[in-house]
Amino acid sequence: MEESFVLPIERLEPLKGWGGAVGAAAYVYRPSTGGQLKEVFATARATGRTITLRGAGRSYGDASLGRENIVIELTRMNRILDWDPVSGIITCEPGVTIEQVWRYVIEDGYWPPVVSGTMYPTLGGVLGMNIHGKNNFVAGPIGEHVCAFTFLAASGEELSVGRETDPDLFYSMIGSFGMFGVFTSIKMKMKKVYSGDLDVKVYTSDNLHGLFKIYEERIPESDYLVGWIDAFASGDKLGRAVVHQANYLKPGVDPTPKQSLRAAHQDLPDTLFGFIPKSIMWIFLRPFTNNVGFKLVNWAKFWSSKISPKKQMRQAHAAFAFLLDYVPNWKKSYGKGGLIQFQSFIPKESAEEAFRAQFTVCQSVNMPPYLAVFKRHRPDKFLMTHAVDGFSLALDFKVTRKNRAKLWKLTERLNQITLDAGGRFYMAKDATLTREAFRQYLGEETLAKFAALKKRFDPDNVLVSELSKRLL
Amino acid sequence: MPHWNRALVIGASSGIGKALAEQLLKDGASVAMIARRKEPLDEIASKAPSGKAFVYPHDVTDYDTTEALFQQITKDLGGLDLVIYNSGVMFASEENEFNLKKDREMIEVNVTAAFAWLNEAARRFQQTKSGTIVGISSVAGDRGRRANPAYCTTKAALTTYLESLRNRLSKYGVKVVTIKPGFIDTEMTRGKPGLFWLISADKAAQIILNAARKGKSTAYVPGRWRYVSLILRHIPSFIFKHLPV
Repeated sequence: MEESFVLPIERLEPLKGWGGAVGAAAYVYRPSTGGQLKEVFATARATGRTITLRGAGRSYGDASLGRENIVIELTRMNRILDWDPVSGIITCEPGVTIEQVWRYVIEDGYWPPVVSGTMYPTLGGVLGMNIHGKNNFVAGPIGEHVCAFTFLAASGEELSVGRETDPDLFYSMIGSFGMFGVFTSIKMKMKKVYSGDLDVKVYTSDNLHGLFKIYEERIPESDYLVGWIDAFASGDKLGRAVVHQANYLKPGVDPTPKQSLRAAHQDLPDTLFGFIPKSIMWIFLRPFTNNVGFKLVNWAKFWSSKISPKKQMRQAHAAFAFLLDYVPNWKKSYGKGGLIQFQSFIPKESAEEAFRAQFTVCQSVNMPPYLAVFKRHRPDKFLMTHAVDGFSLALDFKVTRKNRAKLWKLTERLNQITLDAGGRFYMAKDATLTREAFRQYLGEETLAKFAALKKRFDPDNVLVSELSKRLL
Repeated sequence: MPHWNRALVIGASSGIGKALAEQLLKDGASVAMIARRKEPLDEIASKAPSGKAFVYPHDVTDYDTTEALFQQITKDLGGLDLVIYNSGVMFASEENEFNLKKDREMIEVNVTAAFAWLNEAARRFQQTKSGTIVGISSVAGDRGRRANPAYCTTKAALTTYLESLRNRLSKYGVKVVTIKPGFIDTEMTRGKPGLFWLISADKAAQIILNAARKGKSTAYVPGRWRYVSLILRHIPSFIFKHLPV
């Protein structure tokens, strides 16, 4: 045993995946410069530790966990390096969050082209997972809006990769879930917008088939489309849903664009009904976080949308995009066991049948998901892509000590339904996938290419995560 | 009640420590075992499920390597939920014997090494805001008996240290459990005169782990020693000094 083995105990932190269902203590380093980043790699080598890359820790599962090893959290490398309001091209360090970006660019009439349901992920994490948004069917994943990036490979090699100049590396490194190295700077193009608001329309469907019909009709006219499904509804009502369509406002439609494009206009309210602090709302949600409570919540949500006369509205970009940020710390309402999200991406030909089967299986074992979100996707060129020409369904499950084993068994069945339907999975959400399922959906050719790149950029296998240990 | 997935037993080669390690392995935990002698640890490991038992031959008084070995163990185990300090020595002492060499060794193993290892556990659990520390003290530490002054002193010191740790760490959600065994049938006690209420090491291990699971601050093993200790602690000194204990 070497003397240099010891890492400072002060760096040991109990980390969790965002869902809170999986966790592992690790020695956390937060470099603020490229030099410090290299030092951490040197420390890992000297002490025989592996490194896991972590942004804001917003991946639901174990992608940013590295049990008893070094975790590099990139949140302090959070400088916006360059912004050109004419071309809409921004260059950022990897710890810059989506929130930082939109706050920075909106007053110049821009919005990030792709955002997740929360504004807190870092761009490093966003690229590592190649996230998608509610506009995936038209905008693709975030990687499609990246022009170039600089990269520090685990081997120490520093690269500058452009979409046009080195497409092979470009489409392989984005979405490689932190297995090759660190994005040290990211250059991407923002979306020009002419208002801080979106036109939002609401549709309801009484069953799953109706939901697919709405999507078929609305897709050609939508910039964003997202469906919420009452996962408790069964029989003829299985898959009943509320769909939100949003569209950018064309130039000249917003009478006061300078007003709506102010960052303050986008701020989510911090109180409910003007006086209840949202920061404590999760406490009131807690009594409902069970099968009976959420059945009621889902029922109320569906019927309130169905009978509401308000089917059309203007909504700020942030209000429409960042639904998960409406109630701060809402995940705490799930209790100590946290939650997992199972998200599957299934080709359009088999999606309806597969999702019907998923809901039926969940209900048959009395484990209905408390939240179910439905989106349309399109395929892309990224090596480790999760996208298909089809649909995705994200299902949130409460985890308790008592139901954990049963829940993991359930996800095995959901995995199988997905694989049988030719579907794919998403590393930003995953906590339960098996190595066999991972191999099956990606295929040997993709995995061989991934392995070759891993060998090139991380020959000593320094970059490891709990997710990679489970799947690679 | 907590379920421990990863445990460290210091002083695991025989007696209570061995029984604790075996019980934890039986319960499905991954267990790191420390003792000077490697062979007994290998024997325990050979009967454990594959990949569950970790053997570390080590002299607990080798303080220079404690920190590094502790980190190595947490890495090998993939975390740590429970630390049990069971190492201890008790030398027979004649009525009129005052032997600094023996006393010093008892202080080293029973006290200083306990500080070395449990300080590491405390530092870690304070950071991770979870964990259980179990210290095997003794009823002998409840009163200064004439039979073995240094041993009683070491166990009194360990008891007080564990109480301090408990008071310091409770706000971090860390449990510290003081175990006070009476007479246990182990190598340390075998052949000694005047033993009564003797229980097996396996039985003692069961009682200890149950007490720790329940989060008790102090547990006597077996429980009836609590009443013996209560009486002994309240006997006035001028009487106690005449008692043959």
